Amino acid sequence: MFKKDISPGSKSKVKSSVQRAIRTQLVQTYPLLAPHIDEIIPKKEQLDAMKIPERVTLYLIGPTPLFYQHMTDALLPHLKLVHRFPTCFPSIRIDRGAIRFVLSGATLMAPGLTSTGGRLPSGNSEEKGGYGELGGKGEEGKLYWKGDEDDDEREDGKEGWYGGRELEKGEPVVVCAEGKREACAVGLLSMGTKECKEKGKGPVVEEGHYLGDGLWRLVTE
Amino acid sequence: MADVEAPLEPQSRHVVYCGVCSLPPEYCEFGGTVKKCQDWLQKNHSNMYERLWSEDALAAATSTLSLDAQKRAEKDAHKKALKAEAAEAKQAATIKSSKVIIKRVERNKRKFVTTVTGLENFGLENKKVAKDLGKKFATGASVTKVASGGEEIVVQGDVSEEIEEFFLEKFPVIPEDNIELVEDKKKKGSGAGG
Ligand SMILES: [Zn+2]
Repeated sequence: MFKKDISPGSKSKVKSSVQRAIRTQLVQTYPLLAPHIDEIIPKKEQLDAMKIPERVTLYLIGPTPLFYQHMTDALLPHLKLVHRFPTCFPSIRIDRGAIRFVLSGATLMAPGLTSTGGRLPSGNSEEKGGYGELGGKGEEGKLYWKGDEDDDEREDGKEGWYGGRELEKGEPVVVCAEGKREACAVGLLSMGTKECKEKGKGPVVEEGHYLGDGLWRLVTE
Repeated sequence: MADVEAPLEPQSRHVVYCGVCSLPPEYCEFGGTVKKCQDWLQKNHSNMYERLWSEDALAAATSTLSLDAQKRAEKDAHKKALKAEAAEAKQAATIKSSKVIIKRVERNKRKFVTTVTGLENFGLENKKVAKDLGKKFATGASVTKVASGGEEIVVQGDVSEEIEEFFLEKFPVIPEDNIELVEDKKKKGSGAGG
């Protein structure tokens, strides 16, 4: 969606009623964000909106990009926000071989997820909580979340946890990568994760936002 | 209803991004500037450099790919690096051969404007620079299209020398020899044209 460079548009202030509505919508879409919503969009700070191409609105506070939205689709987190709160979004993982394709803006295809290096939700809807490359389940199913920049050891050497319910077609998803801590893409599922496992082929995330794309490089200061 | 403000401890992680390619450093390998990225990381975050680029780390990272896929990835990386080098060389050549022209233009009797052209070749944005100039000299500065197709910055007043000084200080990307000061005097008494 953002293969081309984007030149910054002008920012406009979001009305406080709209700002409240966005907060509510975010917590509905991403229940795991609820404990952090005051940190992400503090009540007293002004949320700004920037119109960018392809009928997308980017929401920011100061220079910090937070979410973007295509027309009235679901609000999707900017990757920098995902990096700040990595376990608050449902995620899947691609194998190493698929990384360079995703980073060049190619559609994410099922084989990159169903291979040994890939991860899809376990389908156990009893499991709740953090997903993703940095999150995991420690003792007694307790969720942990490591993330110090210079912290070199992942807790107990555990890799990310990709449990939880199957995700439906049209749901937002964060794309992590084999061997990497940070997520590399965000988008809407064009195929449910269950179907993805069953079929093992076809596009899974199209038109996403990925590391190094126009949205990533957009100057927001 | 009173809002009780509990002191909020920030939970947000702070992630390091590469000073060269802007990605998380673990993804530098997919860009075309790997060498530069590595140098930057070693200098600025040596821990992370060790984690990402030590021989063990590299071996672990590639072992999961089939030999074929490894070769293809290598080829791809090589191509990207070449492309990036070519782009850099081209940019360097452009800079060498480009000039920023600061021109003093007499508009009326003893009324001057100063125009600036050629900044885009140095990777600078006219709109931003105009804003800076307006602030710096507390005067009007705007960007207008010129007949030849490009853009120029028009600053009110005769400030050509000050602009040159400002550029030298603020934009080291422009070599001093590539800035030219010129004057555009109107011929007196010429009726038409002007
Ligand atoms: Zn880099």
